[in-house]
Amino acid sequence: MSAKTIAETNFELSCPTPLRAKDTILLGHGSGGKLSAELIRDIFLPAFQNPVLARLDDQAIVTVNGQRIAITTDSFVVKPLFFPGGDIGSLAVHGTVNDLAMGGATPLFLSAAFIIEEGFSMDDLRRVVNSLRQAASEAGVQVVTGDTKVVEKGKGDGLFINTTGIGLVPEGVDLSADLARPGDKVLLSGSIGDHGIAILAQREGLEFETQIQSDSAALHTLVANILGVTSHVTPNVTRDIRCMRDPTRGGVSSTLNEIAERSQVGIELEESSLPIHEQVRGACELLGLDPLYVANEGKLIAIVAPEASDAVLQAMRRHPLGTEAQIIGMVKKENAGLVTMRTPFGTTRIVDMLAGDQLPRIC
Amino acid sequence: MKYLDEYRDHRIARALAAEIVQCTTRPWVLMEICGGQTHTIMRYGIDELLPRGIELVHGPGCPVCVTPLETVDKAIALALQPDVILVSYGDMLRVPGSRSDLFRAKAQGADVRIAYSPMEAVKIARSNPDRKVVFLAIGFETTAPANAMAAWQARREGLTNFSMLVSHVLVPPAIRALLVSSANRVQGFIAPGHVCTVMGCKEYESLVRDFRVPIVVGGFEPVDILEAVLMLVRQLEARQLGADVARLENQYVRSVSYQGNLPAQQIVAEVFEIADQKWRGIGPIPQSGLRLREDYAAFDADRVFDLGEIKVDEPAECISAQVLQGLKKPTDCPVFGMRCAPENPVGAPMVSNEGACAAYYHYRRHAVAS
Repeated sequence: MSAKTIAETNFELSCPTPLRAKDTILLGHGSGGKLSAELIRDIFLPAFQNPVLARLDDQAIVTVNGQRIAITTDSFVVKPLFFPGGDIGSLAVHGTVNDLAMGGATPLFLSAAFIIEEGFSMDDLRRVVNSLRQAASEAGVQVVTGDTKVVEKGKGDGLFINTTGIGLVPEGVDLSADLARPGDKVLLSGSIGDHGIAILAQREGLEFETQIQSDSAALHTLVANILGVTSHVTPNVTRDIRCMRDPTRGGVSSTLNEIAERSQVGIELEESSLPIHEQVRGACELLGLDPLYVANEGKLIAIVAPEASDAVLQAMRRHPLGTEAQIIGMVKKENAGLVTMRTPFGTTRIVDMLAGDQLPRIC
Repeated sequence: MKYLDEYRDHRIARALAAEIVQCTTRPWVLMEICGGQTHTIMRYGIDELLPRGIELVHGPGCPVCVTPLETVDKAIALALQPDVILVSYGDMLRVPGSRSDLFRAKAQGADVRIAYSPMEAVKIARSNPDRKVVFLAIGFETTAPANAMAAWQARREGLTNFSMLVSHVLVPPAIRALLVSSANRVQGFIAPGHVCTVMGCKEYESLVRDFRVPIVVGGFEPVDILEAVLMLVRQLEARQLGADVARLENQYVRSVSYQGNLPAQQIVAEVFEIADQKWRGIGPIPQSGLRLREDYAAFDADRVFDLGEIKVDEPAECISAQVLQGLKKPTDCPVFGMRCAPENPVGAPMVSNEGACAAYYHYRRHAVAS
């Protein structure tokens, strides 16, 4: 090719007209990333606006006759229905219990709604219901109401479950994503990416074997440990624990980006302190994924005042679900709204929120 | 993790960076070809460890980014045909064509599936004999053997419902095109390690000879890239001292040999032949791509389906051609991070994670803002 030709091509750039994801719902709208946030901001918030919803926490906290009640709802569409370390039934309990727990609430009651596709195996349904019952009993919550709908074959994907949960918030506890302040520490209760990789390894067409198990678990007793110890150290819990979140869809990165945005602070992570199991790292390397964006179902992130961070870390580590807990970073004034990461090389990079789902790379 | 952690060791990286500082006496412009290398440089901040005079510019080696708009439009048109299952590598799904992308086609009811290997597409064709399965076969020499293998296997099995929409590009002709350009500023290249794992170093000999430009075949981890930079700088500095040589060197010895992977080259040569190819963001480069040979015409989606001539209007807005030739940095672009972002890409290098603009956006925009 001549110099002239390549120079000429400078004027034939291949730039498409920008595409706005506004006309139809894409899978990415359910990813927990930027597209999900846009959907909530543009469609749902304007329709239902009220101060409780506007907090955009994992649960709503309302006051009835002086009693603070936490409410949350979650729908479960996981595929495959059964995976190492859990199934859609146990997940439907853990997911909702955890959303209540992240508000500091003690979970009490659940509803369970089943949307079942015509032709679904009765044995599988029994298995799921049994697992849901067992998970509820272990978490100390009762399923007190429910609903069943059957859709025509081809109109559903086997089984979807929705659970709604109610719990009580103890006095003095006030956790929210907009309370992070510069100087706070970022605590993570354990290794990341286990759930997402366990699910991915089971998907049709992906032929690799791992012993990775989903971390699906109810976190309310871990939360109780954290709040208990902190109130012991300093009586005013709200002063020390700013916020708790479980980094599910979109992973640790999306959760921290939400906190940074809501609190208008920067969050700086220390790459070398991130707990990641060797097998998860290996699978992520192989598949071209970043564990920071992979889903977890049994981990929590706590933003904690610096003076209480050691006590909270010890409280986490004393709980069976927090033995691998780490302080993974801190809240800063700089780079408000952004999550950044210090690499072992002494350089800093952004940990961005993804637009939609993380996509495997070509090579 | 063995074979990875040692190449991400910050102590080794800092030692290499110090050595680069020590032997650099003047500014040099170096280009890493592969998007995977660009990604590593941005992710770990490798360029921040280098002396000010060493400028890393980013080459055209992101396969998703350089796939022509027409190919994306054809893939979407095929996917929307009711009897077609379109199978693709994951990161092609969000790539915008002229009006839509494969994710939207999927939302409109198209059967679009993600595969890690083209052999999965063959398997899908085998188990869906009443559907037409099209694999979107894109990439550099790295993906060519697996894509060739899929066509070979489909032919061996006599599958009549499998075809490939091919858009394959080759690295050496692209480097040649950059070097003959009067605008070229690049003084040394880091050649793509995975491409060379397949093709060997041998293909780069003639470039070194013809243009007297040093080329180092490099890996993808931080230590690999720093070592490759050091090797290039040493050659360039030696030339300052009167050594009139440019050499082809191999930093990625744990993976790359001189001859490359001969069985892989064989299957590529059996299934594909070299052809002219258009590169998105750059334009046509003669003899820089692969197309299916005549024997495999029955598996060529371009011939199996009557797609007509797809002509795409290309508004000249972004500076991707200059970015992909190392003439400008992504941050020089007026729409970078404003109207052009990964969720809403205007130009090719913002599309895939490995595109230079996307790498800057994901990892560096705080530095740009401050």
